[in-house]
Amino acid sequence: MTEKRYDAVVFGGGSAGLAAASRIAAAGFSVAILERELEPGGVLNQCIHSGFGLHVFHEDLTGPEYAERFIARVRGAAGLDVYLGTTAQEVAVEEAGAREPIVVYGYSRRYGILRLTARAAVLAMGCRERNRGNIGIPGTRPAGIFTAGLAQRLINIDGYLPGKRAVIVGSGDIGLIMARRLIWSGAEVLGVIEIQSYPSGLTRNIVQCLNDFGIPLHLSHVVSRILGRDRVEAVEVSPVREGVVQSQGGFRLDCDTVLLSVGLVPDNELSKKFGVALNPETGGPLVDAGLQTTVPGVFACGNVLHVHDLVDYVTEEAERCGGFVTEYLRGEFQPRQYRIQPGANVKYVVPNRWFADRENRFYLRPLIVANQARLAVRLDGETVKERRLAHVQPSEMLSLTLRAQELAGIEAIRENTLEVSIT
Amino acid sequence: MNGRELICIACPVGCRLTVRLEGGEIRVSGNQCSKGEIYGREELLAPRRVVTTTVRLTGSSLRRLPVKTSSPLAREHIEALLAEARRLEAAPPIRLGQVLLADFASTGVDLVATRTVES
Repeated sequence: MTEKRYDAVVFGGGSAGLAAASRIAAAGFSVAILERELEPGGVLNQCIHSGFGLHVFHEDLTGPEYAERFIARVRGAAGLDVYLGTTAQEVAVEEAGAREPIVVYGYSRRYGILRLTARAAVLAMGCRERNRGNIGIPGTRPAGIFTAGLAQRLINIDGYLPGKRAVIVGSGDIGLIMARRLIWSGAEVLGVIEIQSYPSGLTRNIVQCLNDFGIPLHLSHVVSRILGRDRVEAVEVSPVREGVVQSQGGFRLDCDTVLLSVGLVPDNELSKKFGVALNPETGGPLVDAGLQTTVPGVFACGNVLHVHDLVDYVTEEAERCGGFVTEYLRGEFQPRQYRIQPGANVKYVVPNRWFADRENRFYLRPLIVANQARLAVRLDGETVKERRLAHVQPSEMLSLTLRAQELAGIEAIRENTLEVSIT
Repeated sequence: MNGRELICIACPVGCRLTVRLEGGEIRVSGNQCSKGEIYGREELLAPRRVVTTTVRLTGSSLRRLPVKTSSPLAREHIEALLAEARRLEAAPPIRLGQVLLADFASTGVDLVATRTVES
């Protein structure tokens, strides 16, 4: 068994883990990254399309190019070890008072059984795709049904075409990207079926991945049955009115492949082993203003915390998380914090608390589609900050910064729960 | 070519544009800012796209090398470029940005590697 001690251990070597770890190492602390795959970079490695880095680098990069910039930072960092092909299996927090209270057991072909102890931990495991079981599509269980991200991996990493005639269920970004990828790989895409009355992916993906190829987008429709014995042969598509699947007005599409792009869920299996409290709205851990979970010394960032739609936001959040970890390791982490909660038309706000006398940055997800909306931060009905938004929709996450001076003086008011709403 | 309906993708607002050719001049309407004017004009005159795909990799534990066009390629050339990429093979060492196909069809656009593969 290999035993080592670190100041911090980071679970996951994707965009969040790489950014958080390099930030912690840059402050002079020792860090270990545990990564299950044989290469760092996470899902970026299979996202060969462009559109990454527009905010962080002001450049239009592909996923692998974006990943390589962060892999380079990690490679060059002193005191930073990356354990590839290594799965973290068990985690525990020992009684307070231990110098390195966090204990991690992992295993890998190269290192055998690994026992790491650390003073702090960063959860950066990312997210998983929802699948057929999550949405319950009736019908048979033939071959040819894939989640969109799995199909993306098969084509871009492994070099296999999953099918020739595909129907895509759900208009999430990965599904849209895969529509174009399938066509550019010589397959046909018969349509995208979306249950909601508006697309759930980014507008630029609707335009460049569907409209460019004349792929129909069937809004307010569901795949009501999958047909086929050994391989998918067809799907039945039915309209949905006021949440009810209609028996009339449907149609059939003959296809051999069904891709599901029906949402992502934070992957918190390891977080549960730590015993951190989860937020039902995000599926990720509840975190304080410094992105610390309910377990002291355990922090979270990236898609394990809440599903982001741009990697740029993941990087930004993970670097901030790394900064908070260094404050924690120095014993400078600020405990004076107050609550913030979602108000009208806001699904969630992350983090769930704010610091009284420094800048705070939040991410929030709207529940509505609207032009010329207004974002308001209130305390006991009194407006702290207001911002006009040209356009809001659930698929576009919003960020919000509250500067120290905007928060100055409101600490004295009772309760101190900020509320963020969109009208 | 008298009128086309487009959704502007210059920003998330997604204005619905109408682009028309009137007396030899391009008229863009429906846009809320100047970015929409530029987008509509380019889409009508010379639509271009960055193309990303993968090529076969030999002599590596990886099977595919991700690649992209060095700049947006005119849409009418995309099919031919993809056909050419399917015939390409690459072997390590490969550095990020390495040109695999130079000046495709005299467009001035290269096909370049988007990752490093060490030997």
